[in-house]
Amino acid sequence: MTNIEKYNNAFMESFEISAEDLPGLKYQDIDTWDSVGHMTLIAALEEAFDIMMDTDDIIDLSSYEKGQEILSKEEYGVEF
Amino acid sequence: MTFDELLTIPPYSLDHTQKAEMLTERLGDLTRLHKDKCEEYARILEGLSFDCADIDSYLDIPFLPVRLFKERSLKSVSDDEIVKTMTSSGTTGQSVSRIYLDRRTASYQQKTMVKIVSDFTGSSRMPMIILDCPSVVKNRAMFSARGAGILGFSLFGSKKIYALDDDMKLDVEGIKAFLEQYSDQKILLFGFTFMIWQHFYKEMKKLKNEGITFDLSNAVLIHGGGWKKLASEAVSSEQFKASLHDVCGLSEIHDYYGMVEQTGCIYMECECGHLHTSIFSDVITRRPYDFSVCDVGEKGIVQVVSTIPESYPGHSLLTEDEGIVLGEDDCPCGRKGKYFKIIGRLKNAEIRGCSDTYADKFK
Repeated sequence: MTNIEKYNNAFMESFEISAEDLPGLKYQDIDTWDSVGHMTLIAALEEAFDIMMDTDDIIDLSSYEKGQEILSKEEYGVEF
Repeated sequence: MTFDELLTIPPYSLDHTQKAEMLTERLGDLTRLHKDKCEEYARILEGLSFDCADIDSYLDIPFLPVRLFKERSLKSVSDDEIVKTMTSSGTTGQSVSRIYLDRRTASYQQKTMVKIVSDFTGSSRMPMIILDCPSVVKNRAMFSARGAGILGFSLFGSKKIYALDDDMKLDVEGIKAFLEQYSDQKILLFGFTFMIWQHFYKEMKKLKNEGITFDLSNAVLIHGGGWKKLASEAVSSEQFKASLHDVCGLSEIHDYYGMVEQTGCIYMECECGHLHTSIFSDVITRRPYDFSVCDVGEKGIVQVVSTIPESYPGHSLLTEDEGIVLGEDDCPCGRKGKYFKIIGRLKNAEIRGCSDTYADKFK
């Protein structure tokens, strides 16, 4: 599985949505991406890429696109 | 000063003069913001003949009784901007506070909490045992203060496990396996004071007599939610700590004080047993007969101010708790800011707190 596939799967499984819902998706846009769903997403991303995210990055991950930007940072080194 | 600028300052680094200046500016801005955006708040200020131009110090800003958030729906944003409504913990039949959050205020709350708690636990996340049952965070529609507390602290957990099942029974095997798996790491424990005592401590004490023990000497416990029930069982803070140390070797224990009306600004107990105000908020004790400010060491009604709330007018509130400010900038732990203790609830006040409202069922 490519990194973008892993990334998309984490979103789709955590929020029970499909691929076409992903672009532009923001925190609190849908019922399932609330503060509970957010921690589910973080756990899924950490599992998928075998990383541990900083608390500040967890809070800053406020959209589908922002998440890619954060995971691309040096300390996580995920290339999309 | 904007809140984002405030977030760049270490949370216990400002002395009395610097903090007072910062609070006067930020809380003055919030007072004017809520006056513009919240009609009810503007009318309250008008009723008090309060003019925002008269704010020489943040101590001059009127305080709203916390009860008002039960009786009135107070918000400074339009309904479509609200992303989360938080409710206070209440016993059955009690009315609850409703606190309306937009994206910005909700994010400030989380960022503030991270700054405060990291000062005590370090910034790295730890395997976490939540001393509660999983169902507390499942009902998303009604987000209680108890669920919000657990979720807020979950940020600090890397891997997580609930210590109790939905019948509040201790998951002995689960905890044992978890501790074995992470035996080389520091463990974070989080829960509410009464639940910890009733369902964790008492159970572990029983297990110890049966020869089953857990080693939590390399763990840190953060707990909050009220002492009323334990005080009525004559369990003091010292005894709470000593008892937990006795059954599982736990030695690093921090109580915290906070309320849903000012989520994010929690007051953590330091190594010296004092609750501390960070730069994000302050505690002022007031005399009950004229609401003048108490001296250090004098018991009074606790007023809390918070630099966070932009979506609801809750930046200056009068609680129903009594407390004593013990000092400022000179706690032996080295943290600047006021340090204080909470004595208890005012007489005839409602039962509040995640721990005490739950404990009300155990009468």
